[in-house]
Amino acid sequence: MNFDFSDEQKQLRDEARRFLSENCTPKEVRAVLEGKAKYDAKIWKGLADLGLLGIAIPEEFGGAGAGRLELCVVAEELGRALAPVPYSSTVYLASELLMLAGSDAQKKHWLPKIAAGEAIGTLALVEAVGDATPKSIQATVSGGKLTGRKTLVPEGEIADFAIVVAREKAGDDARGVGLYIVDMKGAGVSAKSVETVDPSRNHAEVAFSGAPADPLGQVGEGWSCVDKVLDRAAVLVAFEQIGGADRALEMGRDYALDRMAFGRPIGSFQAVKHMLADMYVAATLARSNAYYGAWALSTDAGELAEAAANARVSATQAYQLCAKNNTQVHGGMGFTWEFDCHLYYRRSNLLALSLGSLTMWENRLIDEMRKRNAAA
Amino acid sequence: MNFDDTPTEAAFRAEARAWIAANAPREHEADLRASPFGRVALRNTDIIAASKTWQKKKADAGWACLHWPKEYGGRGASPIERVIWGQEEGVFGKLSGLFIIGHGMCGPTVMAFASEEHKHKRLPPLASGEEIWCQLFSEPAGGSDLAGLRTRAEKSGGEWVINGQKIWTSGAHHSDWGLLIARTDPEVAKHKGLTMFFLDMKSPGVEIRPIKQANGQAEFNEVYFTDVRIPDHQRLGKVGDGWNVSLTTLMNERLSIGASMPTGFPELFDLCERLDADGRPAIENRHVRAKLANWATKSNGLKFTGYRAMSALSRGERPGPENSIGKLVAGSTMQDIAQFALELEGPMGALRRTPGIDETGLFVAMLLRSPATRIEGGTDEILRNIIAERVLGLPADIRLDKDVPFDKIPTKGR
Amino acid sequence: MNFDDTPQEAEYRALARKWIEANRPDDLMKELAAADEIKDRDARTAKILKASKAWQKKKADAGWACLSWPKEYGGRGATPIQRVIWDQEEGKYGQLSGPFAIGQGMCGPTVMAYASEEQKRRYLPPLASGEEVWCQLFSEPAGGSDLAGLRTRAEKDGDDWIINGQKIWTTGAHFCDYGILITRTDPTIAKHKGLTMFFLDMRSPGVEVRPIKQASGHSGFNEVYFTNVRIPDAQRLGRVNDGWNVSLTTLMNERFSIGARLATGVPEFFDFAAQMRMADGTPALDDREVRSRLATWAARSNGLKYTAYRAISALSKGERPGPENSIGKLVAAPMTQDIAMYALDLQGPMGAISRDDNSPAGKLYQTLFHAIGMRIAGGTDEVMRNIIAERVLGLPGDIRVDKDVPFNKIPTKGR
Repeated sequence: MNFDFSDEQKQLRDEARRFLSENCTPKEVRAVLEGKAKYDAKIWKGLADLGLLGIAIPEEFGGAGAGRLELCVVAEELGRALAPVPYSSTVYLASELLMLAGSDAQKKHWLPKIAAGEAIGTLALVEAVGDATPKSIQATVSGGKLTGRKTLVPEGEIADFAIVVAREKAGDDARGVGLYIVDMKGAGVSAKSVETVDPSRNHAEVAFSGAPADPLGQVGEGWSCVDKVLDRAAVLVAFEQIGGADRALEMGRDYALDRMAFGRPIGSFQAVKHMLADMYVAATLARSNAYYGAWALSTDAGELAEAAANARVSATQAYQLCAKNNTQVHGGMGFTWEFDCHLYYRRSNLLALSLGSLTMWENRLIDEMRKRNAAA
Repeated sequence: MNFDDTPTEAAFRAEARAWIAANAPREHEADLRASPFGRVALRNTDIIAASKTWQKKKADAGWACLHWPKEYGGRGASPIERVIWGQEEGVFGKLSGLFIIGHGMCGPTVMAFASEEHKHKRLPPLASGEEIWCQLFSEPAGGSDLAGLRTRAEKSGGEWVINGQKIWTSGAHHSDWGLLIARTDPEVAKHKGLTMFFLDMKSPGVEIRPIKQANGQAEFNEVYFTDVRIPDHQRLGKVGDGWNVSLTTLMNERLSIGASMPTGFPELFDLCERLDADGRPAIENRHVRAKLANWATKSNGLKFTGYRAMSALSRGERPGPENSIGKLVAGSTMQDIAQFALELEGPMGALRRTPGIDETGLFVAMLLRSPATRIEGGTDEILRNIIAERVLGLPADIRLDKDVPFDKIPTKGR
Repeated sequence: MNFDDTPQEAEYRALARKWIEANRPDDLMKELAAADEIKDRDARTAKILKASKAWQKKKADAGWACLSWPKEYGGRGATPIQRVIWDQEEGKYGQLSGPFAIGQGMCGPTVMAYASEEQKRRYLPPLASGEEVWCQLFSEPAGGSDLAGLRTRAEKDGDDWIINGQKIWTTGAHFCDYGILITRTDPTIAKHKGLTMFFLDMRSPGVEVRPIKQASGHSGFNEVYFTNVRIPDAQRLGRVNDGWNVSLTTLMNERFSIGARLATGVPEFFDFAAQMRMADGTPALDDREVRSRLATWAARSNGLKYTAYRAISALSKGERPGPENSIGKLVAAPMTQDIAMYALDLQGPMGAISRDDNSPAGKLYQTLFHAIGMRIAGGTDEVMRNIIAERVLGLPGDIRVDKDVPFNKIPTKGR
């Protein structure tokens, strides 16, 4: 059994960590959080220069042609550093959808640009409150033109293109749902910034009125493509989550060792120690589950759907717990703008929602477990 | 067992209700009702001016600081009358936020320790809201461990010279007076070298800087003291007795009976009526119901614990220690409720304000504010210690710093 | 990243699989299951021991017992990863090794580290082959989480030590041949410093074993009373007053649980929820609330499994596994309790009916009680959190008021 990353992958992690610790400090995160920029273009360029935007993109399309395990390693570091860049939208969602459903021409057009850092992509899915379902998709494409409203598009203001989930046939099931590539800087697109619980990542409400829409894959297959890519993204976001959870745990531990009260470090009080031990337990379980997700993702195993839901549920819970308890361990200082605790608290809550709610992933996990048991 | 007033209580309630009906600032009622969690906002009026106007009106009619003696601006009312007043004042009570610390903590300390002259001079304008007070206790190095504070007071003739820094001071920027605890002797054990004062917040050398909080707001301040001079007659209690004086202040923390701590439960319940889950109202979903039921019992438990305390007051008894559970239960419950509300909304839950669902941004506000509730005025961990020690009678934690001179206590963890 | 064996591992696995295939103890497993139905403790114990000893002896004769022990003491000299592979292959048949877990996992390594060569050759092979069963006499009424607070006295008398006192929570004392025993030899010095370790014949005069009736009504544990029991000085393990360090060897050697999965209750609950019908006739597994809870538990249970995989990977590479594995019991024990309570709740008032059948509901009912013990045995949840906080996260130890105080000056009453 070799249930671990290889030495080369660990080297890649060190490289990513080194780059991010030099270029992506809380100062850069705060600049975006406080509205001074919509994302950090310098970090984005650095990631492109290091070849980290096209890790999983085949060489023929300008990428490094490495596997998804390398992507997991980078995701963990981005989560740890709270990187204020459109990586998840561009790499886990847009780029994966292109590779899954794109024509040769579409791949040739977009993937090299993504790898070079010249195109930011995203997925425009959400239209209504609640988890997205085929029924919730009401944006329509007719005669190659897209009309409708997406209420929460990650990186909506900065994306160069979006893959929009829309329907060509009226109805409320998946049969009429397709995917369309839309030039976000082109005609018929207007994006309006919206504030979320974590403003260190750009989000917008986007209105499409007759925007030219280039079909990606077949109508009727759009929803199943989204489903597949959400599984892949769930594993990758789980790595961002465990990266963040680990950092929150370290911050809490360090503060507990340094902060004195009643003549002793607060980390010597059991109430504080046990909080930190619980964080460690949750983070460890989530890490092991994320590894299993990574294996399933990298081998495109039949278990991917279950492994992804398992990783997602575990990582969401672990990150929310670690971020919340880290703030609590920091006492009043944890509630200041100046300390970084709230950056993790915000991000933990954003990531908990970004690919669909915990409840949705809990349901997917049980569905998959049931399928497996029924097959056994 | 019943929920009725006694005849005396009923008479008092009728009087209060009639006066409020005739005098309350109805023009603000809608705004006050709509004010989202943790933030009172009025559309056309400055909240401070409106608060002061209402307070002055109450004071003039004898409805301010009800339980204080009349000669200091109060009404000499009984505790249960105070609770009844709170119930009747209802939403207009939101205009008293500005005065809570002054009336609840500073006033009682001044009453217990100041000279008669100071009491007559300072308490009536405090009661009527003409002067606002703040409390300067917490420091960067003394939060849960208040007695670890380091702000120095050194005697110089008939005055004390103050140098140091306070933190988490609510309302310092619009306060006229402050209650200050400082270290007068660092060579004796930590609890023994403290002394309490009150001071004019406009004194030279006092500098106030707002603290930007994790949720972006600034309710609190840092206050810096550079050679600030306080006359010795503004000392409260004996030199070196500040710890005991501070206990008086903290014990007098506003008796929150009747006004139960918000948990966000009614708001969540309402959200679940309106939201859709699997094509039906969320409230019909078993998963949602199980969570709601769990939080309902907490929220109701707090309410009825308040009722029990009220009954004790009504009988002229001292309420038991049950009320100490309020903040411990409410803080973490609100955090969990907020997280679940966002989860119910799906990805759009991440929006600061969710169109058509949560236009005021209530649940994100609760998510971002509740961590502070779990810390301010005693962290969850300190509150559990208090319950374990003072209510259940368990032994206190082992103290390494008790009989050590303050300047010999280690200040670095590693 | 993959779940494949290295060529050497695969070869070893094939060897183990082949032997097990040829020697499958299916009949013994039936005996073991049948023993569950017997109410009388002595009769049940006898039946379990008979089946277990038969399988253990067979393994030992073929060189498959105590794999990591040196050959001369009855083992195989196998590597840690080989041991994990054996456990995986032995699978459910490993249940037959229950009575030997403490002896082979804790007593054996202590004897190996501290006994004379002659004693090792005398005692270890029959321990490995299951012909002699050992127990561990550590916990006392006054020394649970605080093991070093133990009060059982050993006083020197010529070449013997005379033991007086009481142990508690001794698993299997009623069927054991030998025991390792920690005692206090000097009460006038600090608590950790006055302890000494021995091993003794459990049939020595003055040893009395009494079953403890547990909250569940079962009796897996015992109290053991010592009245003027004599132990020859030759059976001392380690130096006089060095018993604390010797005990650490024992505890550190606690059976390397990697690969051997802790019971979490998740598979039982899954089966239960698949069979259980809600009031409206739909399977409980369709219910949103049941799903939400099961998903959280399943993710935690899977987390334990994959954490073990990470440790196995480290072993496979010849590395020492990280500290992650210390979380197992802390995760599993409270979870089994939550799962059991929820399973009862789903059945409504009927959930209160006592049952000890082998159905999922029956197993979960028993878990309700088993979980209480699991959250305490081998370290309470609270002690486990301390261990994680201190040894893994590097937080300071708790403040100790008894550290440098002579044992007989330490207060013994709370109030």
